[in-house]
Amino acid sequence: MADQTIIRFENVTKQYDQDPAVLNDVSFSIERGRFYTLLGPSGCGKTTILRLIAGFTEPTKGNIYFHEKVMNDVPANKRQVNTVFQDYALFPHLNVFENVAFGLRIKGCKNDEIKRKVLEALRFVNLVGYENREIKEMSGGQRQRVAIARAIVNEPEVILLDEPLSALDLKLRTEMQYELRELQRRLGITFVFVTHDQEEALAMSDEIFVLNEGNIEQSGTPTDIYDEPINRFVADFIGESNIVPGVMKEDYLVQCAGKNFDCVDGGFNRNEQVEIVIRPEDLEITLPDQGKLRMKVDSQLFRGVHYEICGYDQDGNEWLVHSTKKANVGEEIGLYFDPEAIHVMRLGETEEEFDKRLEAYSEATHAD
Amino acid sequence: MQIRTRNLYLIPYLTWILLFVVAPILLIVYYSFFNVDGQFTLGNYQKFFTPVYLKMTLSSFWYALLITIISLLIAYPTAYWLTKTKHKQLWLLLIILPSWINLLLKAYAFLGIFGTYGPTNKLLESLGIGTQQILFTDFSFLFVSVYIFIPFMILPIYNALEEMNHSLLDAANDLGASQWTTFRRVIFPLTLDGVKSGCQAVFIPALSLFMITRLVAGNRVITLGTAIEQHFLVTQDWGMGATIAVFLIIAMAFIMMLTRKRK
Repeated sequence: MADQTIIRFENVTKQYDQDPAVLNDVSFSIERGRFYTLLGPSGCGKTTILRLIAGFTEPTKGNIYFHEKVMNDVPANKRQVNTVFQDYALFPHLNVFENVAFGLRIKGCKNDEIKRKVLEALRFVNLVGYENREIKEMSGGQRQRVAIARAIVNEPEVILLDEPLSALDLKLRTEMQYELRELQRRLGITFVFVTHDQEEALAMSDEIFVLNEGNIEQSGTPTDIYDEPINRFVADFIGESNIVPGVMKEDYLVQCAGKNFDCVDGGFNRNEQVEIVIRPEDLEITLPDQGKLRMKVDSQLFRGVHYEICGYDQDGNEWLVHSTKKANVGEEIGLYFDPEAIHVMRLGETEEEFDKRLEAYSEATHAD
Repeated sequence: MQIRTRNLYLIPYLTWILLFVVAPILLIVYYSFFNVDGQFTLGNYQKFFTPVYLKMTLSSFWYALLITIISLLIAYPTAYWLTKTKHKQLWLLLIILPSWINLLLKAYAFLGIFGTYGPTNKLLESLGIGTQQILFTDFSFLFVSVYIFIPFMILPIYNALEEMNHSLLDAANDLGASQWTTFRRVIFPLTLDGVKSGCQAVFIPALSLFMITRLVAGNRVITLGTAIEQHFLVTQDWGMGATIAVFLIIAMAFIMMLTRKRK
């Protein structure tokens, strides 16, 4: 596996002047042929990571390795990575063909080779026949494709995408998500995609890094991160969630809202204070006395695919429910959920400790 | 109704154009067909194509070209540097400020600075080089002209550089371009419109300079501007003066077309 690693960050810190660090002692590695997403709110350091990989900026501390060679000081124009910029940064004085050919011309490729490669890249992004168009004649979605073609034509090992879909409307954005994912599979090039849109991240990635305030909070596959968020930030940022305080009575038994519930988490101390997460779509509406919890409906919104129902239980905990069934505001309803729907989070746990605990108790389970 | 009110707003502008642009041009063309004695003639145009005037035209163009090129060579790096500084507005103000001062005052100031007993010669003397004739030379003429015109070159280039999307530079860099290649293939082509505007703003007025040629260059440099002034004020040959002016206007129109911006 080690030779699959293309880029490795080792304790990288980035700090401007005396301001607090934008990136704080970050380590991770990026492997060949996978789709990575850096996900986080604005100012979390995701774009800084991208700029560090591209070579537009240098780390304050730590090392960046490409194929195990330190690349800290290698300038951007000598790196085997290409970027698709947020505003596409297409050259307005050049037409589509020349925009895509820019990198090849600088490398000094021959004219017929340039022509062949540019046309191939344009075919990849479905822009055949647009070679002679001016950039200002192209729509947002088309510009996006030109930007991607301009990156892939150089056959880089890694393509960096800086929120490339944020300027598109919803429908086009969804279309481009499919296209990008498909393109990445066909090319087999590593994509590093930056976004603040969690749905985008979940839909496209092989692996997601969730970032907050210059730290990687959690990394893993989309399902790992969605189903087993490590802390309140991740749970809250990735999808909507009900987060309520609880007490771990023993392994696989948690108390919250005054009741004991079976769950599937272990490795805690007895009576440890925890937080539990239940996704709104895992809550099922039942008759008041048939559920595990009772709640009074406070408000209801029709979201198209489902109703978003908000209410409070007897202890005053707020619950958000996504249901295709309609409820009535002011009515008492019951909530049912499976033990698997409960995810227990230890307070202040790091990703390393989390992984260790997960390993320890799943081994214990298998031993049974 | 709306269109009519909008047309009303045009009246002051149209009046101005008619009175101070169209009418003078027509008058100039009209006068160019009369000789000193007020008789209709085409002789002025014939005279313009004699070696004296052609040489004068050539020399006007030559000096205007030199002034434009020197201004451009100084202005481009300056404008580039300006976009990188912290106190842009302050520096910009300092560059624009001299252009608010009367041209004549500036010319007189240079008479003092470059004069035989002026500070420049004092400095040369203390360096052991000795007093030099600086005034009334090509050097002083070009120096003062460039000094006067340079803000008009810096401003449009500065604006073009400021307007340029800076992620384009990152993009070029990302695609393997060195700093020089980025300049050649991205920055310069994208600021070309600014360069053209700047050249227009410098070359055209420089063609018809006359005050500086007389004061600073001591009439050693005779340009079309000087000739027009002499004909109108000294020889009273308004017809010939007007003829030269007609050619100057044609030249300007030609240059405007040459430096026209892309659509």
